[in-house]
Amino acid sequence: MVGIVGYGAHIPRHRIKVEEIAKVWGADAPSYKKGLLLTQKSVPPPDTDTITLSVEAAKNALRRAGNVAPADIGAIYIGSESHPYAVKPSGTVVAEALGATPEIHCADFEFACKAGSEAMFVCLGLVKSGYIKYGLAIGADTSQGAPGDALEYSASAGAAAFIMGSENLIAEAVETYSFMTDTPDFWRREYQFYPQHGGRFTGEPAYFKHVTGCANGIMKKVGMKPADFNYVIFHQPNGKFPLRVGQMLGFKKEQIEPGWLTPRLGNTYSGSSPIGLTSTLDIAKPGDMILMVSYGSGAGSDGFVWKVTDRINDVRDKAVRTTKLLDENQFYVDYGTYAKFRHKIRKND
Amino acid sequence: MRDVAVVGIGINKWGELWEKSFRDIYVEAALAAINDAGVDHLDSMIIGCMSGGLFVGQEHLGSLMADYLGQKHLAASRVESACASGGLAFRHAFIEVASGISDIVMAAGIEKMTDVSGDGATYALATAADQEYEVFHGATFPGLYALMATAHMHKYGTTRDMLSAVAVKNHFNGSMNPFAQYPFKVTKEEVNDSVMVASPLRILDCSPITDGAAAVILTTVDIARKLGKPIIKVIGSGHATDSIALHQRPDITTLKATTVAAEKAFKMANKKIADINFAEVHDCFTIAEIIVTESLGFFPAGKGGEAALKGETGLEGKFPINTSGGLKSKGHPVGATGVAQIVEVVKQLRGTAENGRQLKKQPKVGMAQNMGGSGGSTLVHILEVA
Amino acid sequence: MFPAREHREYPHRYRLEAGKCKKCGKIFFPHRLICSECGHREFEKVLLPDTGKLLTFSVIRVAPSQFVDQAPYAIGIAELTNGVRLMAQVADCDVDSLKVGMDVRIEFRRIQTDGHAGVLSYGYKFVPKWY
Repeated sequence: MVGIVGYGAHIPRHRIKVEEIAKVWGADAPSYKKGLLLTQKSVPPPDTDTITLSVEAAKNALRRAGNVAPADIGAIYIGSESHPYAVKPSGTVVAEALGATPEIHCADFEFACKAGSEAMFVCLGLVKSGYIKYGLAIGADTSQGAPGDALEYSASAGAAAFIMGSENLIAEAVETYSFMTDTPDFWRREYQFYPQHGGRFTGEPAYFKHVTGCANGIMKKVGMKPADFNYVIFHQPNGKFPLRVGQMLGFKKEQIEPGWLTPRLGNTYSGSSPIGLTSTLDIAKPGDMILMVSYGSGAGSDGFVWKVTDRINDVRDKAVRTTKLLDENQFYVDYGTYAKFRHKIRKND
Repeated sequence: MRDVAVVGIGINKWGELWEKSFRDIYVEAALAAINDAGVDHLDSMIIGCMSGGLFVGQEHLGSLMADYLGQKHLAASRVESACASGGLAFRHAFIEVASGISDIVMAAGIEKMTDVSGDGATYALATAADQEYEVFHGATFPGLYALMATAHMHKYGTTRDMLSAVAVKNHFNGSMNPFAQYPFKVTKEEVNDSVMVASPLRILDCSPITDGAAAVILTTVDIARKLGKPIIKVIGSGHATDSIALHQRPDITTLKATTVAAEKAFKMANKKIADINFAEVHDCFTIAEIIVTESLGFFPAGKGGEAALKGETGLEGKFPINTSGGLKSKGHPVGATGVAQIVEVVKQLRGTAENGRQLKKQPKVGMAQNMGGSGGSTLVHILEVA
Repeated sequence: MFPAREHREYPHRYRLEAGKCKKCGKIFFPHRLICSECGHREFEKVLLPDTGKLLTFSVIRVAPSQFVDQAPYAIGIAELTNGVRLMAQVADCDVDSLKVGMDVRIEFRRIQTDGHAGVLSYGYKFVPKWY
């Protein structure tokens, strides 16, 4: 039996509202809010990046993991499309900060928004095979949307970390499944600041095809139907897509809601469905069944069926809850501050 | 130990000396001191300079300055203790004469700070703080003194107006100093409303970036008599250090190195605080003067600000502080500051301070307190009219 | 910044490793080779706690070039729950509402960057303890 031993999230405290971005680009805020089902997004201040978010999320995961010694973590995988270095791993910094070096395997993953779930998938596999005792899987991003692009309203920052192991589980990984094709719906070439996307091509042939393909595949594999799950988490590029795909698959809004954070968080890319899983675990009860389906452009989905154990009640409040980070004590910034934070103002070297 | 006297002083007009080179600024002040002393040679020269390397890319100053001063093959060296480099040069010159190794020694200080950008000067000055545990985190020098100010205000109720009183008083004194960089008066309102640098410190709480030099000649009292100069004896010299990182000190509302250096100087001079008629102290920031006057013992802990506000440190006050205008108005070419303080002390003791800032009641005993970094080193000297 | 200078500080900056005097128990951050209290020369490695109280602070408005993008930012000295004091930035705060005595927590942040191409420097910052 393998699964989650500890989990934790981290979200920057700064937010920007859709209205503030729309004002700058002359866009109609109400229609954006309605179209994307999104009111605001998190903004990383200049001292916050994928590495720092990962460290804080991992510390929260360690707090919930209880007696896991950092030195017993045999692998660290960080999935992100905003690794601070082009060459030099994020994972080395995080492992060093946690005290998990030097006997540890490390790789930075990249697969658009599903890099985080890839890290989870690989950690589970290594634990299951017996190669490592514990694996640390992190999905983290300080995502960038081109100024004025629809993505700018959603691209946000946050991280979720999971310590995978084989005993003292919070949630057992009952089944995993992956579904992938080569579908160029969203990409960023080397040396480009911002990603580009295929507009409406990102919908039906990309997000919906892969998420439904993955969800149906894993449910078939495990012999379950939507009604058998207490909760479901989908990747959330905006507020609307996860609701629509849930409806297409036969899930109810109540099953989606605890992990449906994008309306007030934005799209944390590699952190999206993983952070959704943390907020779902925050309220889950022993025995609950949870389906998680990520999505990464390019394109593919990873699916996980989790079964929550009794231990959830003991660890839930050993670290800060995700919705507390999301909904309390925010700093709202204007577009100028946001532009400064995100290095969108041109300066000399 | 031989009795030592200061027989010559030299200083030039301080400021942003765009047309003058590092070496010319130095030689001007040094020649003025030699002329004032009337000596025909030097046995040794000690130069205080904080960072010739970072400000003008020049080290090896002893040899360079000896050569340009026309003193071929002179024994010349450079000492460094951040902003206390000048005071340290003076102490070493004093020790050299007192010990009998040399008879006529120049102690001089120099800094040329405007050959780098403001950012470059900030960087160079910050090397006096703990690079890895203060500067790394974004601390600046105004920031470090601001940490002291916040703590002092919180512990003792020191106010904005008290800080401003220091700036107003020092600019008033400096307005009568022909060598001062900023010889203008400021009002309390101007200080209170000036640009915030590092809260609670504003730009008019800070000493400026300055090019300048100062030099003094020390010799034995016997030689001084032969030269026919007024005998201003060096009767006390104290030197002490402390952690350079503020957070390593148990109490940042006081400056322990200053207290200890003063104790040493008092012991050597066989004097106490009440014997001191006036002092030049290291007011790199207004809060520094307040804390220094407390740490030296002029005022009880927490009362320095009130004393400044009440005028007790003014020209007519109980303990006149910084009659020269201090670092605030006179300027703060860091390596030169400690020597320039001695220049002012000697002027006051000779009765020759310019333009009406000479103390009305002729002083007999004066003190100079020069401090490095955020108080990690301090030199205290006591001089007396023989 | 040359990376070697960075790298040797990682135990302090990344993990808050400190040295505790085996004789008198005083904790030094960063570690030292000789105890300034009792002169002893043997230490054990301890990790600093991650919460404390702010003893003093200042809001830096005129910042060195590598910190300009963060200005205005606060710096402060905090005393941690084990009595050790350290200086760091106070991040994620309304700089006008800082108070002496407020509770702070330590978080891992990017401290400075060496231009657009140099190494990134990470370490500790204080943040107001709000939960």
